[in-house]
Amino acid sequence: MAEEYNPYNPIVMDHFLNPRNMGDLEDADGIGEVGAAACGDIMKISLKISDDGKISDARFKTFGCGSAIASSSMATELVKGKTIEEALKVTNKNVVDALGGLPPVKIHCSVLAEEAIKAALDDYIKRHPEKAALVAEKKHKA
Amino acid sequence: MIKVYLDHQSSTPVLPQVYEAMLPWFSEYYGNASALHEQGLRAKAALNQSRKQFSEAIHSPDPESILFTSCGTEANNLAVKGTAYALQHKGKHIILSTAEHPSVENSVAFLERQGFTATRVSVDSQGFINPEDIRAAITPETILIATHYANHDIGTIQPVAQIGEIAREHKIQFFVDAAFSAGWLPINVQEMNASLLSLSPHRFYGPKGVGVLYKNRKARLSSIIHGGIQENNFRSGTENIPAIVGGGLAMQIAENERETRVSRLRVLQEKLWKGLSEQISYICLNGPLPGENRHPANLNVSTEFIEGEGQLLLCNAAGIAVASGSSCVSKNLKSSLTLTAIGLDITLAQGNIIFTLGKDNTFEQIDYVVSSFAKIVERLRQMSPMWDAFQKGNISSVIPGNPK
Repeated sequence: MAEEYNPYNPIVMDHFLNPRNMGDLEDADGIGEVGAAACGDIMKISLKISDDGKISDARFKTFGCGSAIASSSMATELVKGKTIEEALKVTNKNVVDALGGLPPVKIHCSVLAEEAIKAALDDYIKRHPEKAALVAEKKHKA
Repeated sequence: MIKVYLDHQSSTPVLPQVYEAMLPWFSEYYGNASALHEQGLRAKAALNQSRKQFSEAIHSPDPESILFTSCGTEANNLAVKGTAYALQHKGKHIILSTAEHPSVENSVAFLERQGFTATRVSVDSQGFINPEDIRAAITPETILIATHYANHDIGTIQPVAQIGEIAREHKIQFFVDAAFSAGWLPINVQEMNASLLSLSPHRFYGPKGVGVLYKNRKARLSSIIHGGIQENNFRSGTENIPAIVGGGLAMQIAENERETRVSRLRVLQEKLWKGLSEQISYICLNGPLPGENRHPANLNVSTEFIEGEGQLLLCNAAGIAVASGSSCVSKNLKSSLTLTAIGLDITLAQGNIIFTLGKDNTFEQIDYVVSSFAKIVERLRQMSPMWDAFQKGNISSVIPGNPK
C-alpha cells in the first residue's frame, strides 16, 4: 500500500472516516449538546439508559473538524455499556488516550466530548430525579 | 486513484524546463556570486540574467531594481519594515487594508509594538479596498501605503493603479504585495506607481527558496538582514542561485504563456463554480464573481452547517487537495483575516474551502471535484446537529438571498 499522509494518527482517521454511533436516538433518555458554531464545534450526544442504570446505546452528531468527529465517535464507544457512575468518570484524557493521541491544538475537541457526555447524563438525571439520589449515594460511598 | 491538485495558491509544481535549468547550478556551477573568479562571475551573470527576466515581466525601469530574498514573506517583511526604518525620521504612520497577507499584517503589528502607528482601511463584503478610504487615512506622518494586488484568500483584484496614483500625489511610498498575482495577472510597476512590489516564484511554477522585491530607485529602504553587501546592500546573505535561475525562467515562461493560461483558467473557474452552486444547496461564493475582478485561479466557497477541516480531510481522502480558511485548520485556531475582514458570518467562515486552479487542471477533474464535493458536503451534513436544526426549522440560513 502506498504511504498515506494524514494530519491525524490512523485511529483518529478511522473514527473520522468511519464514525461509530453517528446519528440520533429517537427515544433518547438523555441528550447533551455543547459548544457553539462560532467556536468551531457543536457536539450532541444522545444516550439510551436501561432501568438498571446502564448506558445501552449512544449516538452523536457533530459540527466540527476531524478530531471533533473522531472524539465524539470514540466518546460514544467509551460510554456504551457503562453505568451512569462509570460514564461520569470518563474524562477527555480517556478519549485522547483511546484515540492514540490528538495534536495539542485539538485537545479541546476531547474536552468537548467529555462535556457532551456529562451534559447528556445531566439531562437524564434531570428527567429522572430518583436516579440522581442513587448516583449521589454511590458517589458518597465511593 | 484519481488525484486532483487544487491548491496552487499554496504552491505549484516546478516546470520540467525550469528544473532542468536549475540543475547545473547545484554541483557544476556552484560559485558564490560575490566571488571574483570564473565560478563566482558565472553565478553573478546568472543572477543578473534572472534579474532581467523579472524586470521585463513586471515592466521595471531597470534590472537593478530587482532584489532577491529567500521567499515572498521575506520580501514583504523587507518592504514593510525596511520602509519603516528608512523613513521613521519623516513619520511613523502606515496605511494598509484589513485583508492583507499575514506577512504584511504581522510586520505592521510588529512595528506598532515599536511605536509606529497604522490605519487599517476596511475592505467591503467582496474584499475590495476603496482608494478614497486610503486617501482619507493619509496623515502628514504617513510613510507607507501597503496593499495587495490580488487577495490570497478570495482572489479580489484591487484597484492598485488608483491607489498608486493617490500615493504618488502625496509622495508616499507604495508597496504592492503581488505574491499571489505574479504569473497570473499583468503587472506593470510603472503604471501602478509601485515603489515596492513583491513576487513569489513558487506560486507560478518556479522553485521555493526565492522571493523577489522590486524596489524603485527612488524608494527608500533599510536592510533588515545584515551582513555582506549582496543585493546592493539591501539583503545580505549568499544568493540561492539555483532557485533564482529557476525563478527567473518560470517568470519569463509565465509571462509568455499568461494569456493562454488565464483564458483556460477562466473557463475552468466558471465551470467549477457553476457545478458547485448547482449541485450543492446552501453554498456561497466569497469574493467577487468569476470575471475581471477576480483572480482566475481562485474559488473560495463556504458551505453552510458544516466545518471546513472535515471537508478538507474528506477531499484529501478522495484525492483532492484543497485549502481552508476555517479556524480549525489554522494552527492558531483563528479564521482567515480576509474572511473576518469581509464580515463573513462566523459559521460560514468555519465552513470555508479554497480551491485554487492551475494550468494543468482538466475539465474531467472539475467534474470529479464537483461530484465528490457534493457527496462530501452531504455526508458531513448528515453528521451535523446544525443541519438537523436547520431541517427542523430551528435555525435559519445565514447566506444572503437564501430561503430562510
